[in-house]
Amino acid sequence: MTIPSELKYTDTHEWVRTESDGTVSVGITHHAQEQLGDLVYVESPQVGRKFKKGEECGVIESVKAASDLYAPLSGEILAVNESLADAPEKINENAYDAWMFRIRPDDPAELEALLDASGYSKIVEAESH
Amino acid sequence: MPFIPHTADDVREMLAECGVERIDDLFDEIPDKLISKPLSAIPEGLSEMEVSRLMHDASRKEGAFLNFIGAGAYEHHIPAAVWQIATRGEFYSAYTPYQAEASQGTLQVLYEYQSMMCSLTGMDVTNASLYDGASALAEGVLMAVRLHKSARRVLVPSALHPAFRATVRTIVSNQGIEIVEVPYCPESGRTLVDTVRNQIDAQVAAIVIAQPNFFGVLEDVDALTDLAREAGVAVIACVNPVSLALLSPPGKWGAQGADIAVGDGQPLGIPLASGGPYFGFLACKQSLVRQMPGRVVGRTVDLDGKPGFTLTLQAREQHIRRSKATSNICTNQGLAVTAAAIHLALLGAEGLRRVALKSHANMKQLLGMLKRIEGVEQRFDSGYFHESVLTLNIPARKVCETLREAGIIAGYDLEKPYPELGNSLLVCTTETRSEADLQHYADTMSRCLGGA
Repeated sequence: MTIPSELKYTDTHEWVRTESDGTVSVGITHHAQEQLGDLVYVESPQVGRKFKKGEECGVIESVKAASDLYAPLSGEILAVNESLADAPEKINENAYDAWMFRIRPDDPAELEALLDASGYSKIVEAESH
Repeated sequence: MPFIPHTADDVREMLAECGVERIDDLFDEIPDKLISKPLSAIPEGLSEMEVSRLMHDASRKEGAFLNFIGAGAYEHHIPAAVWQIATRGEFYSAYTPYQAEASQGTLQVLYEYQSMMCSLTGMDVTNASLYDGASALAEGVLMAVRLHKSARRVLVPSALHPAFRATVRTIVSNQGIEIVEVPYCPESGRTLVDTVRNQIDAQVAAIVIAQPNFFGVLEDVDALTDLAREAGVAVIACVNPVSLALLSPPGKWGAQGADIAVGDGQPLGIPLASGGPYFGFLACKQSLVRQMPGRVVGRTVDLDGKPGFTLTLQAREQHIRRSKATSNICTNQGLAVTAAAIHLALLGAEGLRRVALKSHANMKQLLGMLKRIEGVEQRFDSGYFHESVLTLNIPARKVCETLREAGIIAGYDLEKPYPELGNSLLVCTTETRSEADLQHYADTMSRCLGGA
Protein backbone atom coordinates (compact mmCIF):
# COMPACT_ATOMS: atom_id res chain seq x y z
CA MET A 1 0.00 0.00 0.00
CA THR A 2 2.05 2.96 -1.20
CA ILE A 3 -0.75 5.45 -1.91
CA PRO A 4 -2.96 5.81 1.19
CA SER A 5 -6.57 6.51 0.26
CA GLU A 6 -7.20 8.98 3.11
CA LEU A 7 -4.64 11.50 1.79
CA LYS A 8 -4.75 14.09 -0.99
CA TYR A 9 -1.97 14.49 -3.57
CA THR A 10 -0.38 16.91 -6.02
CA ASP A 11 1.02 16.14 -9.45
CA THR A 12 4.41 17.31 -8.06
CA HIS A 13 4.38 14.32 -5.66
CA GLU A 14 3.46 15.95 -2.36
CA TRP A 15 0.89 14.34 -0.06
CA VAL A 16 -1.53 16.42 2.03
CA ARG A 17 -3.30 15.36 5.21
CA THR A 18 -6.07 17.40 6.83
CA GLU A 19 -5.63 17.56 10.60
CA SER A 20 -8.48 17.79 13.11
CA ASP A 21 -7.87 21.53 13.63
CA GLY A 22 -8.32 22.29 9.93
CA THR A 23 -4.62 22.75 9.21
CA VAL A 24 -2.85 20.47 6.73
CA SER A 25 0.40 18.51 6.93
CA VAL A 26 2.54 18.08 3.84
CA GLY A 27 5.18 15.52 2.88
CA ILE A 28 6.47 13.78 -0.25
CA THR A 29 5.07 10.50 -1.51
CA HIS A 30 6.61 7.06 -1.31
CA HIS A 31 7.02 7.17 -5.09
CA ALA A 32 8.88 10.51 -4.87
CA GLN A 33 11.35 9.30 -2.24
CA GLU A 34 11.94 6.15 -4.31
CA GLN A 35 12.81 8.26 -7.36
CA LEU A 36 15.09 10.58 -5.39
CA GLY A 37 17.06 7.87 -3.59
CA ASP A 38 18.78 8.34 -0.22
CA LEU A 39 17.79 11.74 1.16
CA VAL A 40 20.52 13.77 2.84
CA TYR A 41 19.01 17.18 3.51
CA VAL A 42 15.70 19.00 3.78
CA GLU A 43 15.58 22.77 3.44
CA SER A 44 12.27 23.65 5.08
CA PRO A 45 10.25 26.82 4.47
CA GLN A 46 10.39 29.57 7.08
CA VAL A 47 7.64 29.40 9.69
CA GLY A 48 5.31 32.36 9.29
CA ARG A 49 5.90 32.80 5.57
CA LYS A 50 2.96 32.72 3.18
CA PHE A 51 3.01 30.84 -0.09
CA LYS A 52 0.67 30.62 -3.04
CA LYS A 53 -0.45 27.23 -4.36
CA GLY A 54 2.27 25.77 -6.55
CA GLU A 55 4.98 28.13 -5.30
CA GLU A 56 8.43 26.70 -4.47
CA CYS A 57 8.76 26.61 -0.70
CA GLY A 58 11.72 24.35 0.05
CA VAL A 59 14.37 22.02 -1.32
CA ILE A 60 14.88 18.34 -0.73
CA GLU A 61 18.31 16.93 -1.47
CA SER A 62 19.33 13.34 -2.12
CA VAL A 63 22.71 11.90 -2.99
CA LYS A 64 21.68 12.25 -6.64
CA ALA A 65 19.85 15.55 -6.91
CA ALA A 66 18.25 18.52 -5.22
CA SER A 67 14.54 18.97 -5.96
CA ASP A 68 12.05 21.68 -5.11
CA LEU A 69 9.17 21.32 -2.73
CA TYR A 70 5.97 23.06 -3.83
CA ALA A 71 3.22 24.45 -1.65
CA PRO A 72 0.17 22.27 -2.43
CA LEU A 73 -2.16 25.00 -1.15
CA SER A 74 -2.03 28.73 -0.56
CA GLY A 75 -1.52 29.61 3.07
CA GLU A 76 0.84 30.34 5.94
CA ILE A 77 3.52 27.96 7.21
CA LEU A 78 2.65 27.10 10.82
CA ALA A 79 5.37 24.58 11.65
CA VAL A 80 8.17 22.54 10.11
CA ASN A 81 9.31 19.07 11.14
CA GLU A 82 12.60 19.87 12.86
CA SER A 83 13.44 16.21 13.39
CA LEU A 84 14.11 15.82 9.65
CA ALA A 85 17.10 18.16 9.86
CA ASP A 86 19.18 15.49 11.59
CA ALA A 87 17.39 12.48 10.16
CA PRO A 88 16.22 13.05 6.58
CA GLU A 89 16.34 9.26 6.09
CA LYS A 90 13.02 9.11 7.97
CA ILE A 91 11.44 10.15 4.66
CA ASN A 92 12.96 7.11 2.94
CA GLU A 93 11.85 4.85 5.78
CA ASN A 94 8.22 5.95 5.82
CA ALA A 95 7.30 8.81 3.52
CA TYR A 96 3.75 9.17 4.87
CA ASP A 97 4.94 9.44 8.47
CA ALA A 98 7.54 12.08 7.76
CA TRP A 99 5.55 15.29 7.42
CA MET A 100 7.70 18.27 6.37
CA PHE A 101 5.58 21.33 7.12
CA ARG A 102 2.08 22.38 8.20
CA ILE A 103 0.00 25.01 6.43
CA ARG A 104 -3.07 26.94 7.47
CA PRO A 105 -4.97 26.95 4.15
CA ASP A 106 -6.33 30.28 2.90
CA ASP A 107 -9.03 28.65 0.80
CA PRO A 108 -10.59 25.24 1.68
CA ALA A 109 -11.73 24.89 -1.93
CA GLU A 110 -8.11 24.39 -2.97
CA LEU A 111 -8.00 21.29 -0.80
CA GLU A 112 -10.95 19.80 -2.66
CA ALA A 113 -9.23 20.42 -5.98
CA LEU A 114 -6.23 18.20 -5.06
CA LEU A 115 -5.87 14.69 -6.45
CA ASP A 116 -7.26 11.71 -4.58
CA ALA A 117 -5.39 8.41 -4.31
CA SER A 118 -6.69 7.01 -7.58
CA GLY A 119 -5.98 10.24 -9.45
CA TYR A 120 -2.42 10.24 -8.12
CA SER A 121 -1.86 6.57 -8.88
CA LYS A 122 -2.67 7.32 -12.55
CA ILE A 123 0.09 9.95 -12.57
CA VAL A 124 2.57 7.50 -11.08
CA GLU A 125 1.56 4.88 -13.64
CA ALA A 126 1.87 7.36 -16.50
CA GLU A 127 5.39 8.29 -15.34
CA SER A 128 6.51 4.70 -15.25
CA HIS A 129 5.71 4.25 -18.97
CA MET B 1 65.68 6.42 -9.22
CA PRO B 2 66.25 8.20 -5.92
CA PHE B 3 69.69 9.65 -5.23
CA ILE B 4 70.81 8.63 -1.75
CA PRO B 5 74.21 10.03 -0.73
CA HIS B 6 76.64 7.97 1.36
CA THR B 7 76.47 8.41 5.08
CA ALA B 8 79.62 9.27 7.04
CA ASP B 9 79.70 5.63 8.17
CA ASP B 10 79.55 4.38 4.56
CA VAL B 11 82.47 6.61 3.64
CA ARG B 12 84.52 5.49 6.64
CA GLU B 13 83.93 1.82 5.83
CA MET B 14 84.90 2.24 2.20
CA LEU B 15 88.08 4.14 3.05
CA ALA B 16 89.03 1.43 5.56
CA GLU B 17 88.50 -1.20 2.84
CA CYS B 18 90.82 0.72 0.50
CA GLY B 19 93.37 1.14 3.27
CA VAL B 20 93.47 4.94 3.19
CA GLU B 21 92.56 7.54 5.78
CA ARG B 22 91.08 10.40 3.82
CA ILE B 23 89.31 10.75 0.49
CA ASP B 24 92.10 13.03 -0.75
CA ASP B 25 94.53 10.12 -0.30
CA LEU B 26 92.77 8.39 -3.20
CA PHE B 27 94.06 11.15 -5.50
CA ASP B 28 97.69 10.89 -4.40
CA GLU B 29 98.98 10.08 -7.85
CA ILE B 30 97.72 13.35 -9.38
CA PRO B 31 100.68 15.79 -9.48
CA ASP B 32 100.33 18.76 -7.14
CA LYS B 33 100.56 21.34 -9.89
CA LEU B 34 97.46 19.92 -11.62
CA ILE B 35 95.23 20.16 -8.59
CA SER B 36 93.19 23.34 -8.58
CA LYS B 37 93.27 25.43 -5.45
CA PRO B 38 90.13 26.82 -3.75
CA LEU B 39 88.15 28.91 -6.25
CA SER B 40 88.55 32.30 -4.64
CA ALA B 41 87.05 34.17 -7.60
CA ILE B 42 83.73 32.34 -7.30
CA PRO B 43 81.37 34.10 -4.87
CA GLU B 44 79.46 32.47 -2.04
CA GLY B 45 76.27 30.62 -2.86
CA LEU B 46 73.00 32.58 -3.12
CA SER B 47 69.49 31.70 -2.10
CA GLU B 48 66.90 31.14 -4.80
CA MET B 49 65.30 34.50 -4.07
CA GLU B 50 68.69 36.25 -4.24
CA VAL B 51 69.37 34.66 -7.63
CA SER B 52 65.93 35.79 -8.86
CA ARG B 53 66.75 39.31 -7.73
CA LEU B 54 70.15 39.19 -9.43
CA MET B 55 68.53 38.10 -12.69
CA HIS B 56 65.78 40.69 -12.33
CA ASP B 57 68.32 43.46 -11.72
CA ALA B 58 70.14 42.37 -14.86
CA SER B 59 66.88 42.35 -16.82
CA ARG B 60 66.23 45.95 -15.81
CA LYS B 61 69.17 46.95 -17.96
CA GLU B 62 67.22 45.40 -20.82
CA GLY B 63 64.03 47.34 -20.08
CA ALA B 64 62.29 45.34 -17.35
CA PHE B 65 60.59 47.55 -14.78
CA LEU B 66 61.05 47.87 -11.04
CA ASN B 67 57.52 47.38 -9.80
CA PHE B 68 55.72 49.32 -7.08
CA ILE B 69 52.16 48.73 -8.24
CA GLY B 70 49.76 46.40 -6.46
CA ALA B 71 46.09 47.41 -6.59
CA GLY B 72 44.77 43.87 -6.44
CA ALA B 73 47.58 41.84 -8.01
CA TYR B 74 50.88 41.44 -6.21
CA GLU B 75 54.44 40.56 -7.20
CA HIS B 76 55.58 37.97 -4.68
CA HIS B 77 58.50 35.57 -4.81
CA ILE B 78 57.36 32.21 -6.17
CA PRO B 79 59.74 29.30 -5.44
CA ALA B 80 60.81 27.69 -8.73
CA ALA B 81 59.58 24.33 -7.47
CA VAL B 82 55.95 25.56 -7.48
CA TRP B 83 55.49 25.66 -11.23
CA GLN B 84 58.01 22.88 -11.81
CA ILE B 85 55.62 20.60 -9.91
CA ALA B 86 52.36 22.21 -11.08
CA THR B 87 53.27 21.75 -14.73
CA ARG B 88 54.05 18.04 -14.42
CA GLY B 89 51.93 16.04 -16.84
CA GLU B 90 49.86 14.58 -14.00
CA PHE B 91 48.64 18.04 -12.91
CA TYR B 92 48.83 20.09 -16.07
CA SER B 93 45.19 20.71 -16.83
CA ALA B 94 43.01 23.78 -16.38
CA TYR B 95 40.08 21.69 -15.17
CA THR B 96 39.18 19.08 -12.64
CA PRO B 97 38.99 16.01 -14.82
CA TYR B 98 35.77 14.39 -15.95
CA GLN B 99 35.30 11.13 -14.07
CA ALA B 100 37.06 13.04 -11.34
CA GLU B 101 37.54 10.12 -8.97
CA ALA B 102 39.86 8.42 -11.47
CA SER B 103 42.36 11.21 -10.70
CA GLN B 104 42.93 10.72 -6.99
CA GLY B 105 46.14 12.81 -7.04
CA THR B 106 44.36 15.85 -8.44
CA LEU B 107 41.54 15.49 -5.94
CA GLN B 108 44.01 15.13 -3.09
CA VAL B 109 45.78 18.36 -4.09
CA LEU B 110 42.43 20.18 -4.19
CA TYR B 111 41.53 18.71 -0.80
CA GLU B 112 44.85 19.89 0.63
CA TYR B 113 44.23 23.32 -0.91
CA GLN B 114 40.79 23.45 0.74
CA SER B 115 42.26 22.46 4.10
CA MET B 116 44.94 25.14 3.92
CA MET B 117 42.46 27.83 2.88
CA CYS B 118 40.16 26.89 5.77
CA SER B 119 43.03 27.23 8.17
CA LEU B 120 44.13 30.56 6.61
CA THR B 121 40.62 32.11 6.63
CA GLY B 122 39.46 30.53 9.89
CA MET B 123 36.33 29.28 8.12
CA ASP B 124 34.81 25.77 8.19
CA VAL B 125 34.60 24.93 4.49
CA THR B 126 35.86 26.21 1.13
CA ASN B 127 35.23 25.20 -2.45
CA ALA B 128 37.93 24.20 -4.91
CA SER B 129 38.13 27.81 -6.25
CA LEU B 130 36.30 30.14 -8.61
CA TYR B 131 37.40 32.26 -11.60
CA ASP B 132 38.88 35.19 -9.68
CA GLY B 133 38.44 37.27 -6.55
CA ALA B 134 35.84 39.59 -8.05
CA SER B 135 33.55 36.79 -9.26
CA ALA B 136 34.05 34.99 -5.93
CA LEU B 137 32.76 38.12 -4.22
CA ALA B 138 29.74 38.20 -6.53
CA GLU B 139 29.02 34.56 -5.62
CA GLY B 140 29.36 35.47 -1.94
CA VAL B 141 26.78 38.24 -2.42
CA LEU B 142 24.38 35.84 -4.18
CA MET B 143 24.84 33.29 -1.39
CA ALA B 144 24.08 35.85 1.29
CA VAL B 145 20.93 37.03 -0.48
CA ARG B 146 19.69 33.43 -0.97
CA LEU B 147 20.19 32.84 2.75
CA HIS B 148 18.33 35.92 3.86
CA LYS B 149 15.22 35.09 1.79
CA SER B 150 13.51 38.48 2.24
CA ALA B 151 16.05 41.35 2.05
CA ARG B 152 17.88 41.93 -1.24
CA ARG B 153 20.14 44.90 -0.53
CA VAL B 154 23.89 44.51 -0.04
CA LEU B 155 26.20 47.17 1.37
CA VAL B 156 29.56 47.45 -0.37
CA PRO B 157 32.29 49.85 0.77
CA SER B 158 33.48 52.49 -1.70
CA ALA B 159 36.93 51.58 -0.43
CA LEU B 160 36.55 48.12 -2.03
CA HIS B 161 38.54 47.44 -5.24
CA PRO B 162 36.74 49.28 -8.12
CA ALA B 163 36.97 46.22 -10.39
CA PHE B 164 35.41 44.04 -7.69
CA ARG B 165 32.53 46.51 -7.32
CA ALA B 166 32.02 46.63 -11.10
CA THR B 167 32.04 42.81 -11.41
CA VAL B 168 29.58 42.38 -8.55
CA ARG B 169 27.21 44.88 -10.16
CA THR B 170 27.47 43.12 -13.52
CA ILE B 171 26.68 39.70 -12.06
CA VAL B 172 23.94 40.58 -9.55
CA SER B 173 22.20 43.64 -11.01
CA ASN B 174 19.77 41.60 -13.14
CA GLN B 175 18.82 39.39 -10.23
CA GLY B 176 16.89 42.05 -8.35
CA ILE B 177 19.70 42.69 -5.91
CA GLU B 178 20.46 46.26 -4.93
CA ILE B 179 24.09 47.25 -4.33
CA VAL B 180 24.51 50.31 -2.10
CA GLU B 181 27.94 51.81 -1.48
CA VAL B 182 29.17 52.84 1.96
CA PRO B 183 31.41 55.93 1.70
CA TYR B 184 34.84 55.88 3.33
CA CYS B 185 36.07 58.43 5.84
CA PRO B 186 38.16 61.05 3.95
CA GLU B 187 40.63 61.39 6.83
CA SER B 188 41.27 57.79 7.76
CA GLY B 189 40.37 55.99 4.50
CA ARG B 190 38.35 53.55 6.62
CA THR B 191 34.73 52.47 6.48
CA LEU B 192 33.37 53.86 9.74
CA VAL B 193 31.04 51.92 12.03
CA ASP B 194 28.73 54.94 12.43
CA THR B 195 28.39 55.33 8.66
CA VAL B 196 27.45 51.68 8.30
CA ARG B 197 25.01 51.85 11.22
CA ASN B 198 23.08 54.62 9.42
CA GLN B 199 22.76 52.46 6.31
CA ILE B 200 21.63 49.22 7.96
CA ASP B 201 17.92 48.48 8.06
CA ALA B 202 15.58 45.53 7.50
CA GLN B 203 16.18 45.66 3.73
CA VAL B 204 19.88 44.87 4.08
CA ALA B 205 20.83 41.22 3.62
CA ALA B 206 24.61 41.49 3.79
CA ILE B 207 27.62 43.75 4.06
CA VAL B 208 30.99 43.35 2.39
CA ILE B 209 34.05 44.18 4.51
CA ALA B 210 37.37 44.54 2.67
CA GLN B 211 40.53 43.82 4.66
CA PRO B 212 42.81 45.51 3.82
CA ASN B 213 40.66 47.82 1.69
CA PHE B 214 41.70 49.13 -1.74
CA PHE B 215 43.75 51.92 -0.12
CA GLY B 216 45.77 49.32 1.79
CA VAL B 217 44.09 50.58 4.96
CA LEU B 218 43.07 48.19 7.75
CA GLU B 219 39.39 48.32 8.68
CA ASP B 220 38.00 47.86 12.18
CA VAL B 221 36.69 44.44 11.16
CA ASP B 222 35.63 43.35 14.65
CA ALA B 223 33.36 46.34 15.27
CA LEU B 224 31.91 46.20 11.74
CA THR B 225 31.23 42.46 12.03
CA ASP B 226 29.58 42.79 15.43
CA LEU B 227 27.39 45.65 14.20
CA ALA B 228 26.24 43.64 11.19
CA ARG B 229 25.70 40.34 12.99
CA GLU B 230 23.66 42.00 15.74
CA ALA B 231 21.42 43.48 13.04
CA GLY B 232 20.94 40.06 11.40
CA VAL B 233 23.05 41.12 8.41
CA ALA B 234 25.44 38.56 6.90
CA VAL B 235 29.13 39.49 6.75
CA ILE B 236 31.14 38.81 3.59
CA ALA B 237 34.86 39.27 4.18
CA CYS B 238 36.92 40.20 1.11
CA VAL B 239 40.53 39.58 2.05
CA ASN B 240 44.10 39.39 0.78
CA PRO B 241 45.20 35.83 1.65
CA VAL B 242 48.82 36.80 2.37
CA SER B 243 47.71 39.43 4.88
CA LEU B 244 45.90 36.69 6.83
CA ALA B 245 49.28 35.32 7.91
CA LEU B 246 49.43 38.38 10.21
CA LEU B 247 45.88 39.65 10.58
CA SER B 248 42.91 38.11 12.35
CA PRO B 249 41.19 35.60 10.00
CA PRO B 250 37.57 36.34 8.95
CA GLY B 251 36.33 33.36 10.98
CA LYS B 252 37.47 35.17 14.11
CA TRP B 253 36.18 38.67 13.33
CA GLY B 254 34.08 40.05 16.16
CA ALA B 255 32.15 37.81 18.49
CA GLN B 256 30.74 35.48 15.82
CA GLY B 257 33.08 35.75 12.83
CA ALA B 258 32.25 36.51 9.20
CA ASP B 259 29.74 34.24 7.43
CA ILE B 260 31.56 34.11 4.10
CA ALA B 261 35.18 34.88 3.17
CA VAL B 262 36.30 35.53 -0.40
CA GLY B 263 39.31 36.96 -2.16
CA ASP B 264 41.76 36.65 -5.01
CA GLY B 265 44.27 33.83 -4.66
CA GLN B 266 46.84 35.38 -7.01
CA PRO B 267 49.30 36.33 -4.22
CA LEU B 268 49.65 32.61 -3.43
CA GLY B 269 52.06 31.53 -6.14
CA ILE B 270 50.43 32.91 -9.28
CA PRO B 271 52.67 35.18 -11.38
CA LEU B 272 51.49 38.57 -12.62
CA ALA B 273 50.28 38.06 -16.18
CA SER B 274 48.31 40.96 -17.67
CA GLY B 275 45.38 40.30 -15.34
CA GLY B 276 45.31 36.55 -15.21
CA PRO B 277 44.50 33.75 -15.10
CA TYR B 278 44.28 34.15 -11.35
CA PHE B 279 41.81 32.36 -9.07
CA GLY B 280 39.15 33.23 -6.54
CA PHE B 281 38.59 31.54 -3.22
CA LEU B 282 35.32 31.28 -1.33
CA ALA B 283 34.97 29.93 2.20
CA CYS B 284 32.03 29.88 4.58
CA LYS B 285 30.60 28.54 7.80
CA GLN B 286 29.53 24.89 7.83
CA SER B 287 25.86 25.87 8.16
CA LEU B 288 25.99 27.65 4.78
CA VAL B 289 27.68 24.85 2.86
CA ARG B 290 24.58 23.97 0.80
CA GLN B 291 24.45 27.50 -0.57
CA MET B 292 28.13 27.46 -1.53
CA PRO B 293 28.63 27.24 -5.31
CA GLY B 294 31.39 25.35 -7.04
CA ARG B 295 33.20 22.10 -6.61
CA VAL B 296 34.05 20.65 -3.22
CA VAL B 297 36.40 17.72 -2.68
CA GLY B 298 35.73 15.48 0.29
CA ARG B 299 37.73 12.74 1.98
CA THR B 300 36.03 9.37 2.34
CA VAL B 301 36.75 5.64 2.41
CA ASP B 302 36.30 3.10 -0.38
CA LEU B 303 34.64 -0.32 -0.17
CA ASP B 304 37.76 -1.76 1.46
CA GLY B 305 37.90 1.03 4.04
CA LYS B 306 40.90 2.71 2.40
CA PRO B 307 40.97 6.53 2.38
CA GLY B 308 40.14 8.26 -0.89
CA PHE B 309 38.94 11.56 -2.28
CA THR B 310 35.71 12.37 -4.06
CA LEU B 311 33.72 15.32 -5.36
CA THR B 312 30.91 15.97 -2.92
CA LEU B 313 27.82 18.15 -2.38
CA GLN B 314 27.17 18.18 -6.12
CA ALA B 315 23.37 17.96 -5.94
CA ARG B 316 22.98 21.73 -6.44
CA GLU B 317 25.58 22.10 -9.16
CA GLN B 318 24.75 23.14 -12.67
CA HIS B 319 25.06 19.71 -14.27
CA ILE B 320 22.25 18.49 -11.99
CA ARG B 321 20.16 21.57 -11.12
CA ARG B 322 20.63 23.44 -14.39
CA SER B 323 18.91 26.84 -14.15
CA LYS B 324 18.28 26.32 -10.41
CA ALA B 325 21.93 25.59 -9.59
CA THR B 326 23.67 27.71 -6.95
CA SER B 327 25.74 29.14 -9.78
CA ASN B 328 26.15 28.70 -13.51
CA ILE B 329 29.47 30.50 -13.80
CA CYS B 330 31.54 28.52 -11.40
CA THR B 331 34.14 26.38 -13.05
CA ASN B 332 37.28 26.29 -10.93
CA GLN B 333 40.86 27.26 -11.70
CA GLY B 334 42.34 23.82 -11.14
CA LEU B 335 45.87 24.54 -12.35
CA ALA B 336 46.26 27.86 -10.50
CA VAL B 337 44.93 26.23 -7.35
CA THR B 338 47.36 23.34 -7.73
CA ALA B 339 50.17 25.92 -7.80
CA ALA B 340 48.69 27.71 -4.77
CA ALA B 341 48.52 24.47 -2.78
CA ILE B 342 52.17 23.70 -3.60
CA HIS B 343 53.17 27.31 -2.86
CA LEU B 344 51.47 27.25 0.55
CA ALA B 345 52.94 23.84 1.35
CA LEU B 346 56.48 25.02 0.46
CA LEU B 347 56.23 28.26 2.41
CA GLY B 348 54.39 26.84 5.39
CA ALA B 349 52.64 29.01 7.95
CA GLU B 350 55.92 30.57 9.11
CA GLY B 351 57.13 31.28 5.57
CA LEU B 352 53.88 33.02 4.66
CA ARG B 353 54.07 35.04 7.87
CA ARG B 354 57.57 36.18 6.95
CA VAL B 355 56.41 37.20 3.46
CA ALA B 356 53.60 39.28 4.97
CA LEU B 357 55.84 40.79 7.63
CA LYS B 358 58.57 41.76 5.16
CA SER B 359 56.02 43.26 2.74
CA HIS B 360 54.60 45.38 5.54
CA ALA B 361 58.04 46.37 6.87
CA ASN B 362 59.09 47.47 3.38
CA MET B 363 56.04 49.75 3.11
CA LYS B 364 56.81 51.21 6.52
CA GLN B 365 60.38 51.89 5.47
CA LEU B 366 59.36 53.37 2.12
CA LEU B 367 56.82 55.69 3.75
CA GLY B 368 59.56 56.86 6.13
CA MET B 369 61.76 57.75 3.13
CA LEU B 370 58.94 59.38 1.14
CA LYS B 371 57.63 61.52 3.98
CA ARG B 372 60.92 63.40 4.00
CA ILE B 373 60.31 64.50 0.39
CA GLU B 374 58.69 67.89 -0.21
CA GLY B 375 55.43 67.35 -2.11
CA VAL B 376 54.66 63.83 -0.86
CA GLU B 377 52.23 63.08 1.93
CA GLN B 378 50.72 59.90 3.26
CA ARG B 379 47.01 60.40 2.51
CA PHE B 380 45.46 58.38 5.35
CA ASP B 381 46.61 58.25 8.95
CA SER B 382 45.45 54.63 9.49
CA GLY B 383 47.12 51.26 9.93
CA TYR B 384 48.07 49.58 6.65
CA PHE B 385 49.31 46.27 5.30
CA HIS B 386 51.61 46.60 2.28
CA GLU B 387 49.97 49.40 0.26
CA SER B 388 49.41 53.06 0.92
CA VAL B 389 47.97 56.14 -0.75
CA LEU B 390 50.35 59.05 -1.40
CA THR B 391 49.12 62.56 -2.08
CA LEU B 392 51.46 64.39 -4.45
CA ASN B 393 51.89 68.03 -5.42
CA ILE B 394 51.53 67.22 -9.12
CA PRO B 395 49.12 64.81 -10.89
CA ALA B 396 49.93 61.15 -10.23
CA ARG B 397 49.76 60.52 -13.97
CA LYS B 398 52.77 62.81 -14.47
CA VAL B 399 54.71 61.05 -11.74
CA CYS B 400 53.91 57.65 -13.26
CA GLU B 401 55.12 58.85 -16.67
CA THR B 402 58.39 60.29 -15.36
CA LEU B 403 59.19 57.28 -13.20
CA ARG B 404 58.37 54.91 -16.05
CA GLU B 405 61.09 56.60 -18.09
CA ALA B 406 63.43 55.83 -15.20
CA GLY B 407 62.39 52.16 -15.32
CA ILE B 408 60.03 52.29 -12.35
CA ILE B 409 56.32 51.49 -12.23
CA ALA B 410 55.42 54.07 -9.59
CA GLY B 411 52.00 52.78 -8.54
CA TYR B 412 48.32 52.99 -9.39
CA ASP B 413 46.90 56.41 -10.31
CA LEU B 414 43.68 56.83 -8.29
CA GLU B 415 42.32 59.73 -10.33
CA LYS B 416 39.77 57.76 -12.34
CA PRO B 417 38.20 55.62 -9.61
CA TYR B 418 38.55 58.24 -6.85
CA PRO B 419 38.66 61.75 -8.41
CA GLU B 420 37.90 63.29 -5.00
CA LEU B 421 41.33 62.19 -3.76
CA GLY B 422 43.10 64.60 -6.13
CA ASN B 423 46.72 63.85 -7.01
CA SER B 424 46.82 60.46 -5.38
CA LEU B 425 48.93 57.39 -6.06
CA LEU B 426 48.46 53.91 -4.59
CA VAL B 427 51.89 52.39 -3.97
CA CYS B 428 52.75 48.82 -2.95
CA THR B 429 55.79 46.96 -1.67
CA THR B 430 56.13 43.22 -1.36
CA GLU B 431 58.98 41.16 0.11
CA THR B 432 60.64 41.19 -3.34
CA ARG B 433 61.77 44.82 -2.97
CA SER B 434 65.22 45.34 -1.45
CA GLU B 435 66.30 48.32 0.62
CA ALA B 436 68.23 49.59 -2.41
CA ASP B 437 65.01 49.37 -4.47
CA LEU B 438 63.14 51.45 -1.89
CA GLN B 439 65.91 54.05 -1.81
CA HIS B 440 66.00 54.15 -5.61
CA TYR B 441 62.24 54.75 -5.68
CA ALA B 442 62.44 57.54 -3.09
CA ASP B 443 65.41 59.21 -4.83
CA THR B 444 63.72 59.08 -8.22
CA MET B 445 60.47 60.40 -6.75
CA SER B 446 62.37 63.22 -5.09
CA ARG B 447 64.03 64.20 -8.39
CA CYS B 448 60.70 63.97 -10.21
CA LEU B 449 58.86 66.27 -7.79
CA GLY B 450 61.78 68.62 -7.30
CA GLY B 451 61.93 69.23 -11.03
CA ALA B 452 58.18 69.88 -11.31
